[in-house]
Amino acid sequence: MAGTRQAARSGWLARFLALEGVPIAIVFAVLIGLFVITAPGAFTGYRIYMSFMATVPPPMIVALGLTLVVVAGEIDLSFPAVIAFASYVFCLLFKEYDLTFVAFGAAILVGVVMGLINGLVITKLGMPSLIATLAMLFVWGGFVTVVSGGISLAIPTVRGTAIHTIFAGRIGVFPVQFLWALGTAVVVWFLLNRHRFGESLLFIGDSLKVARVVGIATDREKIKLFTLMGGLSAFAGVLLSLETSTYFSQAGMGYLLIVVASVFIGGTSIFGGSGKVIGTVFGALIVAVIEAGLVASGIQGFWTRFYIGVVFIVAVTMNTAIEDPDKVPLLRDLRAFTRN
Amino acid sequence: MTAPPIVRLENVTKSYGKVESLRGVTLDIGANEIVGLIGDNGAGKSTLIKILTGVERPTSGSITIKGEKINAGSYSVREAQKLRIETVYQESSLGEKQPLWRNFFVGRPITNRFGFINVKAQREAAEHIMRTTIGFRGVGIDVNTPVSSLSGGERQGVAIGRAMYFESDLIVLDEPTVALAIKEVQKVLDFIRSIKAGGRTCIYIEHNIHHVHEVCDRLIVLDRGKVALDVPTSDMTYAELTEFLMSLHAPARNTA
Repeated sequence: MAGTRQAARSGWLARFLALEGVPIAIVFAVLIGLFVITAPGAFTGYRIYMSFMATVPPPMIVALGLTLVVVAGEIDLSFPAVIAFASYVFCLLFKEYDLTFVAFGAAILVGVVMGLINGLVITKLGMPSLIATLAMLFVWGGFVTVVSGGISLAIPTVRGTAIHTIFAGRIGVFPVQFLWALGTAVVVWFLLNRHRFGESLLFIGDSLKVARVVGIATDREKIKLFTLMGGLSAFAGVLLSLETSTYFSQAGMGYLLIVVASVFIGGTSIFGGSGKVIGTVFGALIVAVIEAGLVASGIQGFWTRFYIGVVFIVAVTMNTAIEDPDKVPLLRDLRAFTRN
Repeated sequence: MTAPPIVRLENVTKSYGKVESLRGVTLDIGANEIVGLIGDNGAGKSTLIKILTGVERPTSGSITIKGEKINAGSYSVREAQKLRIETVYQESSLGEKQPLWRNFFVGRPITNRFGFINVKAQREAAEHIMRTTIGFRGVGIDVNTPVSSLSGGERQGVAIGRAMYFESDLIVLDEPTVALAIKEVQKVLDFIRSIKAGGRTCIYIEHNIHHVHEVCDRLIVLDRGKVALDVPTSDMTYAELTEFLMSLHAPARNTA
């Protein structure tokens, strides 16, 4: 046991790799490098990067929230419906009543309430979050389709309004929403790693029993967690509406898999008790860059998911191996084999 | 004994329906002593501890803590913690994947008014506890080590160190050496001695009477809900203690 403790600390390379986000940043850099070779036309110019930064913030913000949820050993699959609902509320209030910041506030509030209800269903009905939020995905998703009558809303006039400039404008060519996503990442990082709320989540995910023994109000913290997740999903929904100036009831559904993938590619463990916020940021970027890069490289768009899946497996294995090579059975066996 | 006892129980009984778990227990736990609590399964050890630490309320009898009579109706775990009584459970009080600096302070972290944790202060305090209070030395552990890479004995040390840091006057150890290797058991016994050296009191619940005899100042044997023996350890050799415990079982064996 003393051996592994020693090994974990030896060498500057090991220490560098152990820094949060470093391995996944390397994967990201390698991918960019590959695409620069396969699609030099697109990847040596700035446009494609600006386009990422305009489209990646909504899934990145949701993935940041989901990282906290996974840290607590829970999952939230209802966020696509929350995104759609918030997007609908925002677009409707803008279109019908010319409301901007009030519409923004109302959309966030709707997300917060939906998240709160998720939290209550999970803690008070004692349902596992996987099942509860899957059910809520149907409930909210069905509800928003009914309320909106299944139609889409277009709000082209939102461009040029103050709220658009603040949340989805451009500084030169730089999309402002990317700064909001990074700001969210900083807040979430501090919340998880430096705040007592984050510590509660870490211990809850580690062991619910221990969390109770040490005096953490586990139900209350979980309710707060899902409420925050609802708020962040709603924020993502509004950013999406502002960028695309539309609402449609399937908005958000396309994010379901890529958001979940971003969190786990980033190195957060599904077993709870630990989470990598910086990893999630790169995870979201990797998913986006694969989508754009494959298309730019002339590979059929249908291959995108295939490659995201491959990178998913490689990244998760790498994250585990860097933490402790013996946790990957194949590597453990190889090491044992070479030693003999 | 000059100082008033930390805890005094008088005629405490506890029934669960028709089952009488404690049948009139009277005992004192003095300041700065290590008291070994011995007894078979079902003797009432855990009931006694639950009453002492506020988890359960007695059916009758009185509890006096540091000279103050406790209102049994409102006594709770929280109340017990305020009176500086802490229980260190066998498992289940440490977060496996979390570093020691979090484990020492979880539940009562050092924070600013916005709830942000002062990590530097916690690391330093944890470092201090490890070096001085529980004496972890040169074993490749630092405050960033997760609990999962600690041995069973070291984990007990962390839990005991935590209780001592928070100035507990009475630390209750519930079978801390179960499932530990011999070398590890010695470490835990050393941690128990450090409780006394730190001026605190300890109730040590244990099956293995050898360990109890080795570290305790006083021995209390519970048998079927009553105190069967309450003597200073120096009055009884290990052999005599074994013989006494065997004699408790003798009649039961005959009727069986």
